[in-house]
Amino acid sequence: MTNLPSAASVVQPLIAADAAPQFVRLTETHRKQVTLTLDGVAITALTGDTVLSAVLLHARRVRDTEFSGEPRAGFCLMGACQDCWVQLEEGTRIRACSTFVKDGMRVLTRPLGVTGA
Amino acid sequence: MSTTIDKNSMHRVVIVGAGPAGVRAAETLVAAGIAPVVIDEAPRAGGQIYRQPPADAGFARSKRTLYGMEAGKADAVHSTMTTLLAKIDYRPDTLVWGCGAAQLDTFHAGRQRTVLHSHLLIATGATDRVLPFPGWTLPGVYTLGAAQIALKSQGCAIGRRVVFAGTGPLLYLVAYQYAKAGAQVEAVLDTNPFSRQIAATPRLLRQPSTFAKGLYYVGWLAARGVRIERGVTLVRATGDKAVQAMTYRDGDQELTIPCDAVGFGYGLRSETQLADLAGCRFRFDALNRAWLPERDSAGRSSVPGVYLAGDGAGIAGADAAELAGRRAALAMLEDLGHRVGSADVQAQVAKLDRQLANIAQFRIGLEQAFAPPPDCASHWPDNMTVCRCEEIDAGTLRRCIRAGEASEINRLKALTRVGMGRCQGRMCGAAAAELLSAETGKPIAEAGRLRGQAPIKPVPLSIAMMDEASQADHLAAIPEHARDD
Repeated sequence: MTNLPSAASVVQPLIAADAAPQFVRLTETHRKQVTLTLDGVAITALTGDTVLSAVLLHARRVRDTEFSGEPRAGFCLMGACQDCWVQLEEGTRIRACSTFVKDGMRVLTRPLGVTGA
Repeated sequence: MSTTIDKNSMHRVVIVGAGPAGVRAAETLVAAGIAPVVIDEAPRAGGQIYRQPPADAGFARSKRTLYGMEAGKADAVHSTMTTLLAKIDYRPDTLVWGCGAAQLDTFHAGRQRTVLHSHLLIATGATDRVLPFPGWTLPGVYTLGAAQIALKSQGCAIGRRVVFAGTGPLLYLVAYQYAKAGAQVEAVLDTNPFSRQIAATPRLLRQPSTFAKGLYYVGWLAARGVRIERGVTLVRATGDKAVQAMTYRDGDQELTIPCDAVGFGYGLRSETQLADLAGCRFRFDALNRAWLPERDSAGRSSVPGVYLAGDGAGIAGADAAELAGRRAALAMLEDLGHRVGSADVQAQVAKLDRQLANIAQFRIGLEQAFAPPPDCASHWPDNMTVCRCEEIDAGTLRRCIRAGEASEINRLKALTRVGMGRCQGRMCGAAAAELLSAETGKPIAEAGRLRGQAPIKPVPLSIAMMDEASQADHLAAIPEHARDD
């Protein structure tokens, strides 16, 4: 919790912090729909969405840090910060900002035990 | 006499990066009869600045919509690349993770491949220069570059109510692009006072059209009532599990803006890891406040056969990148024994050098107008995260420095793990150096340079030990990055 400021400085919350999506789709909505699962729950995305976009159009976190367990939701979107690695149910780890969605993809934001390493 | 190079000859020309510098270098080489290998981490050419939406996915925005006033330049770079495809060995979606004197280690679609080079152009571009504030690791806080990519490449905004903060030309450009695309921009918070931008005007006028565009974005935002605050200090982002507000200080006053996303950055920083691994000598560059690989005016590094161009060699922007890519390719041709003494080539070189010198003056103006906040590090609270990979806070770094255990950044890294995580200091290196400088009272140049290490980005642990022939197919699974040991 090292990075969270004291409650005294928090103004009236806009919305429940992680109850809403992070990203907003503004345009380019006429693409083919695909279905994937996010932690077991079916969600829809559009062809050409990155996994990161697909997740953040439904949630405000993509992973938790290894040390403090704080939520993270990507940062640079260009493959530099490495803060959006997630795991697929079959075990593959992917960088969400540079991997495109595929129909039937099963994404986990809380990884299972290490497999196949 | 002219030399033709192909894959089978003893010379092999490789370009890393297919942004404006890499594409223009490839074009210049192809015109001289050379077919370079062009390796790019992105799936499509253009770099970050002229990044294209994913191919064959149904994205339909015009270049005018995507790139605004830069549409012509973006289109020119993209179409040049299209015409080059049949004449070069283009390898998109390919990470270069290691670099030696005569070879590159690459990774594509789960496979490792070694690429030999006799002449290498490194055009690896830049990322945002990140200086942290408390709360910068909260979900919803992104770099300015990230905010732009979300819009350009995905048609998304990073939030419903967005605050843009920091400083630099990108601050106003991204705010403009967001507002124009229909996003709600709550505020633009520039840490520099307007007076600095006025003072920089004479130098900024060296590139009058770029300067005019900058004024246009600010004017457009102001005309639409977007709140623009200048000369402020970013105090903290707050929220429970995700950002809910951004607080800044203006004089004695602390003000808080409710929001659900923040995009911030302080200009750009060069991606120099490959130049480092190639053995290039570095020097401290006061303008960039960073250690950069040495290069002559043509782009030759200190290592024979290794050339540098574009923002990866020092921030100068996309126009300069196109020019420097051409210039470095001409230097390469000269070194390869091509005839470059003709009046035509000489005139080309003189023109490129003149244009680059002009942009260099403009760059000084930009750094003057949009300098990173001086002495920011001394105000960082001890419990603020500096290194987001390893979650190292400012207090941990301060204790180490104050105990006299580290006065140089690689030692600080060894003792605290700052900069040792998956990003290899891309996000925290500038901050760690600022903190060292503030604590020791020494100039930032003396904080030293964070050394790069292969793999420069996460790759499967086992591939570094395997060559292409023995490469097994089961490597699709990517385990944790080999960040320790």
